[in-house]
Amino acid sequence: MTRLLVTVSTRKGLWILEADARRRAWKMDGPHFLGQTVHHAVVDPRDRRTLLAAVKAGHLGHTVFRSDDLGRTWEESSAPPAFERAPEGQPGESVAHVFWLAPAHATEPGRWYAGTSPQGLFVSDDAGRTWKAMAGFNAHPDRRKWIGDAQDAPPDGGTLHSINVDPNNPRHIYFGCSSGGVFESRDHGATWHPFNRGCAADFLPDPKAEYGHDPHCVRVHPVSGDVYQQNHCGIYRLDRARGRWERIGRHMPLEIGDIGFPMVLHPRDPETAWVFPMDGGTVWPRMPIQGKPAAYRTRDGGATWERQAKGLPPAQAWYTVKRQAMTADALDPVGLYFGTTGGEVWASFDEGDSWKCLTLHLPEIYAVEAALAG
Amino acid sequence: MKVLLPTPLGEYTGHRREVQAQGATLAELLGDLDRRHPGIRFRMIDEQDAVRPHIKIFVNRVQARSLAIALADSDEVLVVAALSGG
Repeated sequence: MTRLLVTVSTRKGLWILEADARRRAWKMDGPHFLGQTVHHAVVDPRDRRTLLAAVKAGHLGHTVFRSDDLGRTWEESSAPPAFERAPEGQPGESVAHVFWLAPAHATEPGRWYAGTSPQGLFVSDDAGRTWKAMAGFNAHPDRRKWIGDAQDAPPDGGTLHSINVDPNNPRHIYFGCSSGGVFESRDHGATWHPFNRGCAADFLPDPKAEYGHDPHCVRVHPVSGDVYQQNHCGIYRLDRARGRWERIGRHMPLEIGDIGFPMVLHPRDPETAWVFPMDGGTVWPRMPIQGKPAAYRTRDGGATWERQAKGLPPAQAWYTVKRQAMTADALDPVGLYFGTTGGEVWASFDEGDSWKCLTLHLPEIYAVEAALAG
Repeated sequence: MKVLLPTPLGEYTGHRREVQAQGATLAELLGDLDRRHPGIRFRMIDEQDAVRPHIKIFVNRVQARSLAIALADSDEVLVVAALSGG
């Protein structure tokens, strides 16, 4: 029987929501890692039973836990992601936390990538048991120039996130750095280059800066390889033929704008995507515009957008949906899920046309992922 | 020698707060502690051999500022994890 799992990673633990393919009755498993921050928890779509979780206690170093039975039992990584040791007498970097976990290509079972704060890229070839630094980025001579220093980082520290592998080429990888921009490798991570042409960076003096951007969430379509991003400065789609990003967020309603954190792609149709706009005015409240939460869906690659708020609070809802806290399942019709900083998980089983609340009262939600298992 | 650990590290020691480990220096002691309780060192000490934020290590109630300090079998090592945030 197909099991649908939704992992809910929070500031103080991990919960796993489960339903069958009809998505009518849900049960909740957890907490796992109670009291510890879980930045991301991801089921391996290649075997549908391995689950990795990025964990950090408030007063201890970070680590990665893995499970071969979808969270019934956990094993800690024996070598969590860590930067190379600096030469004697030179300052070195330390991973503050693992922010993002991503399985590699379908043809590379057991291979995973991890992104960290500060911005570092790591790889595991044994399903998360051990990790090693990817020198192609971490030791790149331009890395410091690309990502800046602490003054360029968000308040919780810079992050490397949105690691995506081209479904048609396992050696072609993308990720986002906040700050830093979108980066691309075509040689399995050996070399990287910034890929931000056409993307705005209103906070940089050079409007055509090559790097230093803030991509909140980058998604690669799992079939076509089309690339979208919700950026600090708008919603974009990559025009591969022209080698530049096009601001499809210009077609959003003016009173809503195109600022937000997550972006979700339809698992089969590369023209369909969702965003969850946030107020990016004045001091960047980063909450639903006027306290009225809504998703926006495009069915035509960003040329038009429609508001999807049925079932959501009509007013006075003041929360943030973080960049990794909205996702889709692979069922038909597609199910959508988002978690809020107020500890609510909302779902739609009709591709965003209507929403219902699955659970309340969880800690601040950092990440939501859906997966089929069994 | 005797090593006293904070509760957040209890998952590594079967929730024993007091364990034994050996070493002529604090670095050696932490290495031995990790052999006995795999994974415990990395959650206290980062990849550059720095004591992590919110962790303090005391030898005979004096804060250790370096992992290179010498230890004697009669010493007592205390690890403190300072709770922070809400």
